[in-house]
Amino acid sequence: MMQEAAAHKTASEAAPLLDVRDMTVQFFSRHGTLTALDNVSFAIRPGEVLGIVGESGAGKSLTGASIVGLLPDSGRVTAGEIRLGEQRIDNLDRTRMRRIRGREIGLIFQDPQTSLNPLLTVGKQLVQTITSHLDMSAAAARQRGIELLRDVGIPAPERRIDSYPHQFSGGMRQRVVIALALCADPRLVIADEPTTALDVSIQAQVLALLQDLVRKRGLAIMLITHDMGVIAEVADRIAVMYAGRIVEIGPVRQVIDSPSHPYTAGLMSAIPKLGDRARRLVQIDGNMPRLDAVPSGCAFNPRCPRVMDICRVERPQLRPARAGHAACHLYPALPQAET
Amino acid sequence: MLGMLLRRMVESLIVLFAVAFIAFSLFSFIGDPVNNMLGQEATEAERLDMRERLGLNDSVIVQFTRFIGRAVQGEFGVSYRQSRPVIDLIAESLPATLELSFFAMVLAVGLGIPIGIQTAINRDSLVSKALMTGSLIGISLPTFLAGILLIMIFSVKLGWLPSFGRGQVVQLGWWGTGLRTWSGIKALILPTITLAIFQMTLIVRLVRSEMLEVLQADFIKFARARGLRERLVQFGYALPNTLVPVITIVGLQLGSVIAFAIVTETVFQWPGMGLLFIQSVTFADVPVMAAYLILIALIFVVINLLVDMLYYVIDPRLRSMGGL
Repeated sequence: MMQEAAAHKTASEAAPLLDVRDMTVQFFSRHGTLTALDNVSFAIRPGEVLGIVGESGAGKSLTGASIVGLLPDSGRVTAGEIRLGEQRIDNLDRTRMRRIRGREIGLIFQDPQTSLNPLLTVGKQLVQTITSHLDMSAAAARQRGIELLRDVGIPAPERRIDSYPHQFSGGMRQRVVIALALCADPRLVIADEPTTALDVSIQAQVLALLQDLVRKRGLAIMLITHDMGVIAEVADRIAVMYAGRIVEIGPVRQVIDSPSHPYTAGLMSAIPKLGDRARRLVQIDGNMPRLDAVPSGCAFNPRCPRVMDICRVERPQLRPARAGHAACHLYPALPQAET
Repeated sequence: MLGMLLRRMVESLIVLFAVAFIAFSLFSFIGDPVNNMLGQEATEAERLDMRERLGLNDSVIVQFTRFIGRAVQGEFGVSYRQSRPVIDLIAESLPATLELSFFAMVLAVGLGIPIGIQTAINRDSLVSKALMTGSLIGISLPTFLAGILLIMIFSVKLGWLPSFGRGQVVQLGWWGTGLRTWSGIKALILPTITLAIFQMTLIVRLVRSEMLEVLQADFIKFARARGLRERLVQFGYALPNTLVPVITIVGLQLGSVIAFAIVTETVFQWPGMGLLFIQSVTFADVPVMAAYLILIALIFVVINLLVDMLYYVIDPRLRSMGGL
């Protein structure tokens, strides 16, 4: 929030491309209201890769879906605001939101096997996507589609454009998915577990492609994953989520090497390291709470090895901690940051 | 493609052969045809003579081969009940059943698919809920009851449409059609609706559940995430993927509509194959029953073959795999 905004200035002078402030997402049903995302704030600058990590169910994918307005019918952004450049995008109607998706923000999903329509050729899907956003003839769109396929490293794109999705290998298919996400030159790509379904060697290729696109096109990427290795390799900054909240956010090296939040610390020590065979992996006891049973105060307090009395009562805000920001009472507010 | 087609044809022939054998064994299991043809008063000499003439003294294999040989030429013997060639009886009743089944299926598909789409896309609207309730009634209402209710309303109370028969039939070659006269068309309406109700509700529910499932698929999510228009997502992406399984069911249903229009034909005294079959069963008219069995098997096999080929046209994954 304020502190985050202050941190932007020190890290980079550029204005944020995507600015999410105090976003809260709730689900409404007959059984009551669930708060799935609670006061989530972060920003991404042009050309930056922000990694979002956390256990399954922490709200990573939901954060992405909320930004582009693709929440399930029962869910709504109930508080906070989302800005894309100068424009507020959390209150747009369906048609204007549709024009943002694909045009301003591209999305990539986990499984390239199932992300493409099996009954249409890749070219047809490219042309439909391009003409949905850009004022182009079908022939020009097809030409652009061929260029896009070439950009993402598909060999002989002028032939491959008429192939059906099942005629591509898994890695090639994910390249097609990336080409589809880039159809209308979005400034931001939200990649939701883009490499999880791929072989390790293919993973590296796809990550290299994403990095290449960041360099060449100045693309910003929000990279959602539970794979710390992927984050460490690609991301500039990292946000750690727990039970629908961001518990720590900061530059990737610092967060990985010297995490501030006890949850992040636990997460890091649970990752096996090469050449460190003798050490037993540390695990965090217990499970992440269900959304209808988030404890009061800090959501992590029942599992926290350094829990204090205040943690059970007062919810910690994101505050400067070491190199980044952490929501933890171990880092009390600095006097000058309070108003 | 060609290999698949060939394999399917061989499979179809095996099925037909098996059905023909069952039909053939009807002759020896359901009564003695000699008794049926000569009656109780015939002498033993007459019986033996008849057995010899019918070839009943030959071995089973010889008889079966002869049966197949004749069946291929459309020769199924003479009806015990009407003493006319079975093939003539079939030729008279087949057009009636095919016309009825065709229009019933057109009605069922023509209404069922749009209603299924509507109830899947606007799942929570009042119209959809009303349609789903209606379809529940349609699927649980027995065909004969639906037919009788329709007769009561439109024939007895309102007197708009005839309650039985096929109206005036015009011969076009061997094909007797009811479509060339007003009375024929009017007579077709109630049986068509009766036969279509169940099929339509089945299709509505099938299309709806398939489409709801497809709408959850990743490629739909990705299509929306690319900012494609909702119309394109629903009709360009979701619908074609929904139709792949729907085509199979519709094809199989067409076969069973032709084969099992029996109830509807009985209620409306529709002079089709179902009625012919029911009447032959009550008379143990084995040649007609045998011919009916083989013909229905043939219809099923042909429809299945067509459905398989249609699959091939629709789904590119099958085309490149080179087979099912």
